[in-house]
Amino acid sequence: MVKFIAWRIAQLPLILAAIYLITFLLVWVAPGSPFMPGGERKLDPTVEKMLKEQFHAQSLGAFLRYYPARALRGDLGPSMYYNGWSVNDVLRYSLPVSVALGLFAMVIATVAGCGIGVLAAMRRDSLLDYASLAVALVGISLPGFVVAGILLAIFCDHLHWLPSSGWGTLRQMILPGVALALMPMAYIARLMRVSMLDTLGNDYIRTARAKGLARAAVVWKHAFRNAFLPVFTYLGPAAAYAMTGSFVIETVFNIPGLGQHFVNGVKNRDQTLILGTVLVYAAVLLTLNLLVDIGYALIDPRIDVTAKSPNA
Amino acid sequence: MTLATLNPLAGQRLWQRVLSDRRVSIGGGILLLLLTVCLLSLPWTRDARGDLFYDRQHANASLLPPQTHQLWLLLGSTKLGTSLLGQCLIGGVISLTIGVAAAAISLVLGVAVGVLAGYHGGWIDSLLMRIVDILYALPYILMVILLKLALEPLLLRLWLSTAAANLVVLFLSIGLVSWLTMARVIRGQVLSLRTLPFIEAARAAGAGPLRIFLRHLLPNLVGPIAVYATLTVPQAILQESLLSFLGIGIQKPLPTWGSLASDGLTLALNPIWSRWWLLVFPCTLLGVTLLALNFIGDGLRDVLDPKREGAKI
Repeated sequence: MVKFIAWRIAQLPLILAAIYLITFLLVWVAPGSPFMPGGERKLDPTVEKMLKEQFHAQSLGAFLRYYPARALRGDLGPSMYYNGWSVNDVLRYSLPVSVALGLFAMVIATVAGCGIGVLAAMRRDSLLDYASLAVALVGISLPGFVVAGILLAIFCDHLHWLPSSGWGTLRQMILPGVALALMPMAYIARLMRVSMLDTLGNDYIRTARAKGLARAAVVWKHAFRNAFLPVFTYLGPAAAYAMTGSFVIETVFNIPGLGQHFVNGVKNRDQTLILGTVLVYAAVLLTLNLLVDIGYALIDPRIDVTAKSPNA
Repeated sequence: MTLATLNPLAGQRLWQRVLSDRRVSIGGGILLLLLTVCLLSLPWTRDARGDLFYDRQHANASLLPPQTHQLWLLLGSTKLGTSLLGQCLIGGVISLTIGVAAAAISLVLGVAVGVLAGYHGGWIDSLLMRIVDILYALPYILMVILLKLALEPLLLRLWLSTAAANLVVLFLSIGLVSWLTMARVIRGQVLSLRTLPFIEAARAAGAGPLRIFLRHLLPNLVGPIAVYATLTVPQAILQESLLSFLGIGIQKPLPTWGSLASDGLTLALNPIWSRWWLLVFPCTLLGVTLLALNFIGDGLRDVLDPKREGAKI
């Protein structure tokens, strides 16, 4: 187990380096330049040359000689478009926002999803069962921005319960958090329901009931831990969804997170900012995946994560 | 599992089983209906003189609500005075084209990588699967955006029209990112198939790798391929709507259902005067199509891939 974790951690820098390189090449061949966005006004060639030299972007080689070495030391360089800002500064303000939003959504999705799933399994074909199915179907069939927009219209414009935008207070977090959590929550609820129904059919559940334990105690203490396993494997993808889905949510609710900076970086061809955001996104995703894998092994001692399964 | 497909009689029964699944038949019916209507109306939506032409901006007709006495106003009109009906019809063709084309690209790539890795094994397997692992760690939508950025000038050099290049680059960049799951599943299948006696028998009889792939492996992979290809289509359509929302999707004036929905969002959710039709119609069409595709995929999975039954919603 320790060996497995060490091996996975040792792999992280290599994977991040590969991601850095891929992203860099894609950004480099893309047309346009951060120094004349949209190509509206032509820049004087000498000024352009000076700017390029200032940002070490005269050539592919110059860029790769300057930035990767610095990135290794944790310095992602200056932003090419936002004058006077370093990428580190931009990330320092926006990363906590995105991570907080993502984690908040994950907590809502997991807790509410598991609760609804278990209740739906205990009361099959009840209203709750169909309601969770309906939400799951909406989640896979409507774009996130539409769902977020509808939530905004209901809870801000009509009911005036929650603020429509901004960041900082818990009240401002609720709506974007729920909008982001809705899809994974519905999926977790369905997963939990199926898995709980499977588990409740086992002999040991019947034995526990026959010995006189209350139904709730059997479900929550005996069955839940086993039924939770499939949900746990989904937490990795769900985290990825929460991190990248926040793109749209951040735009709709006007939240100063990582996603907005990436989109702006792309629009302005801000090469250093794009590289920085992609790298941070990838690092967060890789860490979350690693944590899920470790947690999986801890929850179920039978699972040998180091073994190569044929269906992996 | 799907070894039965080798037997033509069993194959026939398989088709009957697939079509008798209620989700597949209902989803397929809805999809077929939408596709037929969208495709058959193409002569009118592409006719520059007609009322239904997607880029015909009628004078004094901005944001008219739906009305029944004129066909082109059946679903109302957009901000620019174009017919929402015409836009929805041609938008459906474009949305579905992007979905199917992206799924086709991911299918070809995924199957090629999966079969190569699973059948060859050894260092090729390790190398390819490490690459897949790395790409899995990449934030998906970020890569779609960056690929689109990088590929656009390349295609513009090849194609004459910017609209065609824009469309192709959209499904290329979505397709080039969505083959990973397919590759993993196919590799797993091939790994288990490879050890079975009939493959060994084929090899002993002198069959080359290509023949083994086409005659012996591929028929047994049809199940998972069909399932994952069907499930990739709605995902690709959703990805495109996301790109449109961020302002890097399909280029105007060509519409997709996703871009229509994102254009209509603020106008429809305006609390003082809601232009609901701008959101309701594109979203309904988009939602129904995605549901139908997901139904077909899930139905196919239950029939063709019994091992994964527990994973369905």
